[in-house]
Parts: sequence; C-alpha cells; structure tokens
Amino acid sequence: MSIDWIELIIVVVKALIVAFGLLIGFAYLTWFERRLVGRFQMRIGPNRVGPAGLLQPVADALKMFFKEDFVPGQADKPLFIMAPGIAMSAVLISFAVVPVGPSIRLFGREITLYLADVNVGMLVVIAVLSLGVYGIILGGWASNNKYSLLGGLRGAAQVISYELPYGLSLVGVFMLAGSLSLKDIVEAQARVPFIVLQPLAAIVFFFAAVAEANRSPFDLVEAENELVAGYHTEYSSIKFALYFMAEYISMIVASALMVTLFLGGWQGPFLPGIVWFFIKLVFMLFVFVWIRATWPRIRYDRLMAWSWKLLVPLSVANILVTAGALVLRDMGVF
Amino acid sequence: MVPADFLPILVLIIVAVGMSAIAIALSALLGPHKSTPTKLMPYESGMVPVGDARLRFSIRFFVVAILFILFDVEAIFFYPWAVYFRRLGLFALIQIVVFVGILFVGYFYAWRKGALEWE
Repeated sequence: MSIDWIELIIVVVKALIVAFGLLIGFAYLTWFERRLVGRFQMRIGPNRVGPAGLLQPVADALKMFFKEDFVPGQADKPLFIMAPGIAMSAVLISFAVVPVGPSIRLFGREITLYLADVNVGMLVVIAVLSLGVYGIILGGWASNNKYSLLGGLRGAAQVISYELPYGLSLVGVFMLAGSLSLKDIVEAQARVPFIVLQPLAAIVFFFAAVAEANRSPFDLVEAENELVAGYHTEYSSIKFALYFMAEYISMIVASALMVTLFLGGWQGPFLPGIVWFFIKLVFMLFVFVWIRATWPRIRYDRLMAWSWKLLVPLSVANILVTAGALVLRDMGVF
Repeated sequence: MVPADFLPILVLIIVAVGMSAIAIALSALLGPHKSTPTKLMPYESGMVPVGDARLRFSIRFFVVAILFILFDVEAIFFYPWAVYFRRLGLFALIQIVVFVGILFVGYFYAWRKGALEWE
C-alpha cells in the first residue's frame, strides 16, 4: 500500500491548525470572559494591555512560562507532572471529529473542514472527553493535598453522574439523523435544526456539557470557597495553565458540540458555512459566560441527585417519546 | 494498522500530546528554581499540614461508581439501536419499551434502597 504523502501533509497541517486554533481560541476566550463578566458586574474588565485589553492573554501566557515550576515535596512526581498533560490532550483530541464547515476547494484539491469523519464520530468525542477527568483525579491525588484530593474525588463523582444524561440525551438526535457521524448529523439538519425537534434533549445535553466542562454553576471540583482551588491547588506555572486551558477548551468543545448537534452546525442562509459556525459558537460561549456570571454554585449532593433523579429519567422519556413519534410518522399517522 | 478514517485522529493525538509535553518541558526550563522546605509543604491555608492526604474516602463514591458502570453499559445499547431505528420501525419501539422497562425496575430498586441519596 502506498501512502498518499500530500493527503498526509494536509492532515498534519489540519491537525496543527486545530490544535493552535484551539489554543488561540482559549486565549481569547479568557479575554472574552473577563471582559463580559466585568460588564455583568458593572466593572470594565482588563483594558490596559493593548487596545481594549486585547493583548492581555499574551501577557498572561508569557507570565505563566516564567513562573517557578515546582513539585511539592510529598507529591507523586511522575503523576503530578503527567496529569495536566492528560487533561489538556484529551480535550484537544476531542475536537478531531467536529465539522467546522462544508468542504472548500484550495489549490485544486477538495479540502474538508474537519479533521476526520468517522462513522462513530460522537462516540469518539464522548470517549475522549471522559478521559479528561483522569487529569483531574490523578492531579488531585498526586498533589498529596487534602483540598486537591477532595477536588479530584468530586471530579470523579461528578463525571460519573453526568456522563449518563450526557450520553442518553443524544440518542434522540442519533435516531433523527440515523448516524453517529457529526457530518451526517449536521446534514440531517438542513431543514430544521434539531433544537426545534429535540428541545428537551438540547437542554439536558447543555446542562450535562456545562458539568462536563466543570464550569460554574457545576465547578465543584475547584469550588474556591470550600476547597481553595480544588484539584489544582498545588499547581503552578504552565502546569496550572494547562488545567486552565483544558477547562476553557472543553468549554469551546461543548459549545461546538451544541452548535453541531442542535443548532444546525455550519448551515445557515447567505453567509458561508464557516462564518455561521463561528457566529453560533460565539453565541454559545456567551451563554456559558452568562450562566457563570448569574448562577450561584449548586450544592454537591444536589448536583448528584439532580442528575440521577431528574435528568436520567427525563432523557430516557425523551428517547421513548421520540421513538413513538417517529414510528407514528413513518406509519403515516401525521 | 489504523483504518484510514481514524488516521487524522491519530495525528491529532500525537500533536496534542506533543504540545502538552513541550509546554511542561519549557516551563521547567524557563522558570526560576528556588525551593525552600516551607514552599514544598502541602498548602493548608497557611497552617502546618496535619497528617497525610492519602485518606480513606466515603463508600458512597463506590456505590455511585458501580451504578454508573451498570447504567452506562446499558446506555451504550441505545446507540446502535438509535442508528438503525428508522429501518426497524414498530418492532424496535416494542423492543426498547421492554428494555427500558427492565432497566427502570433496577433503577427504582436502587432509588428505593437509597443508593442515590448522598447522606
């Protein structure tokens, strides 16, 4: 079997664009969030470094690199160093199957605006995203700090509570699209975005995605008024930054999934697909920040109860109702 | 051998892991290294730490973890069913009602037994 070298180079370039794009996305998401939260709290937010504070992320990144990077004395050294890398890699990889737009022609070649289109696309995303919690658990355990350990344990309990509604809420979408591939799901929404047909699934998925990204109001793993900084209490320098990046990039991934699965992905009138994708993405990110700025943190046992006793039955009911409606429709009742 | 569809994912795995490794290595090279015994102590709000952090933790976590494994394995059965649902029609609907029925017998049993209470 011969290798198509040009194809391989295209794939490598696309992988680098995805990875660095997400990094830049992360940097400007912190700026976006700080400015917005500033406005929500009647402040201005960072506006000193560069015009409108636009160079603030660059300054932060430089500062992070030159901070002292130390491993606490009693920590488990290899795990302590690896853990932030695991958290970061997992969220970066999960973006591989998200389609940003339809294919474009460049230099006479058909270039698809997604890295991979596999027939089990969404399963890959769920599998890889849930690996990210290993970063939190291992980091919390390796630090040998009580706050970190509690944060890590909470991370574990939270992920196992939220994975279920996260996975179950999507079954309705898969039934409508008849596929797990994200590209097929977007194409199935050519007429109606799935948020219209699956509003309950969209709501359940969004809450589960917020919890998956460990964002406020479900940011119990780092609840600063109980656990100092939770699982990353002992982390400094770029290792701390990697955890921070993992959290923000998983917010971007969650928004991209919302857009792809429920808001019709790149589809929209007049503008090119990729522009629509980014408009919807920024809107979802705004919703994330909005929730953070307005909702108080939910109590720990409430979160578990809410997930197990409300979201799981709701999403199963949604599956049954969708199935019933589809059967009636295919039999020609309506 | 990686199937061709999955090759780009493998490339992204290499890029992502490489990037994290380079970032960690860079900060170890660039930052200052002045460690003192107090700096290396676990942070406990400024107090001298009491005992070790390798504590035993609540059995509750274990119960929830077992429940999660049970339900997640069952949730994964929904996926192939959902993809082929339109082709199977009414038969698939009856199947899933029976399946969910059995699933929820276990679910309500766990609920009544208090496995979902966090206290």
